[in-house]
Amino acid sequence: MDLQLTGYRRQNGQVGVRNYVLIIPIDDISNACVEGVASLIRGTYALTHPYGRLQFGDDLDLTMNTLIGTGSNANIAGCIVIGIEPKWTEWVANGIAKTGKPVESFSIERYGDLKTIEMASRAAMKMVQYASELQREPISMGDLIVSAKCGESDTTLGLASNPAIGRVFERMLAVGATAIFGETSETTGAEDKIADACINDDVRIEFLKTFQDYQDFIIGTGADLLGSQPTQGNIRGGLSTIEEKALGNVAKMGNCKVASVLQPAQAPTGPGLHFMDSSSAAAEMVTLCAAGGSVLHFFTTGQGNIIGNPIIPVMKISANPLTVATMPEHIDVDITDMLRLEMTLDEAADAVMEMMAHNINGRLTAAEVLRHEEFVITKLYRSA
Amino acid sequence: MGKHQALVHHEGDAVAVVIMDIAKGTAVSSVTLEGQDQGTVTATQDIPLGHKIALRDIEQGSDVIKYGRSIGEATQNITAGQHVHTQNVKSQRWA
Repeated sequence: MDLQLTGYRRQNGQVGVRNYVLIIPIDDISNACVEGVASLIRGTYALTHPYGRLQFGDDLDLTMNTLIGTGSNANIAGCIVIGIEPKWTEWVANGIAKTGKPVESFSIERYGDLKTIEMASRAAMKMVQYASELQREPISMGDLIVSAKCGESDTTLGLASNPAIGRVFERMLAVGATAIFGETSETTGAEDKIADACINDDVRIEFLKTFQDYQDFIIGTGADLLGSQPTQGNIRGGLSTIEEKALGNVAKMGNCKVASVLQPAQAPTGPGLHFMDSSSAAAEMVTLCAAGGSVLHFFTTGQGNIIGNPIIPVMKISANPLTVATMPEHIDVDITDMLRLEMTLDEAADAVMEMMAHNINGRLTAAEVLRHEEFVITKLYRSA
Repeated sequence: MGKHQALVHHEGDAVAVVIMDIAKGTAVSSVTLEGQDQGTVTATQDIPLGHKIALRDIEQGSDVIKYGRSIGEATQNITAGQHVHTQNVKSQRWA
């Protein structure tokens, strides 16, 4: 397919498909300040969240890496970072500044909310004016980092939607693109298929260790997961066991090889398909993919998950005729014809990629229009 | 194309996915994703869109085969045409 694509080439060479100025709080108590700035300054987005205080160890690192990765995403032109005290605020600001994009940081202690809002607003104003002059330019598909996960899955994903994304990935990777998938617990029963697709033994060993760690965590709770994984929505849609769900889930790999295993929120270091250790909860996983650098997400759904993200377009693809008929405002690409065998896998991939080109070039996805802006940090354990 | 009521992932699977709501007594014809005929069974229960129908009898305790491999264990004897779901199949992993 010869798709004409445009995007924003950032200082570090990465390509974005949106052009936002983010106001990032380091911690829960800085949300008010961040919202103050965003309400004053047109063209900014307040990335509010409930964490950032007294976290420690891996949990602290994941929150900070999520904030740094989100600010570093190529869909972001520049960032204002606000925290209660300077040390952790600068940690995030310095992490984002490595991309070369403009970042300014402010801390509230010794100033209070009102003075901080004034200072940060003046900086945000200049940053919006800078961003508003940036121009789209032609890009190639190989420049892109994209991601995929499914949600409110049902049996139509294994039959149609996920194989369609697999075919899209095969085509995109062939021209040098980078893709992220994951959902560690949701590979249970199909983990051998991912292990078989790993590019070498080192990656395979790392994947299987990552998988087993998540298994140990789940089994260690002693809980019955029926209703959580698979979810009640999955069960309503006809999925009976985690194995059945997983076999549909991994179809989105297509025939691609797995190039590496990523930590949550970690950016891939090269092209190819990468497995990110992640929850299967939609907002958590898409947030982690965006923090890892994905600029567009393919979200296949059966029963109708409505999730979006504040910084990356989330495209919804569905092959379930009931969902497409009853929730049409949430679906970007209807591939229900696949179930009647009136649309081939290649035709479905064509339909997804044609809409992808529109979404990359500026058309808002259904989730963007409906203000689905779920930014959800993965919390590993309670704070100190 | 378009004459089938259910899809089979792999030839030899014990279950098919119905692509429309099926009423008890309906003859359900299955094909593979490549369009290969997999025969017809009569639904012995109502089966909702996206749910599974047994293509043959499945003995209690045996694997339920979909995608050419086990997706769980039958918790009771299942007869051809029955609705296959959480009431008669369970995970072999976390259960």
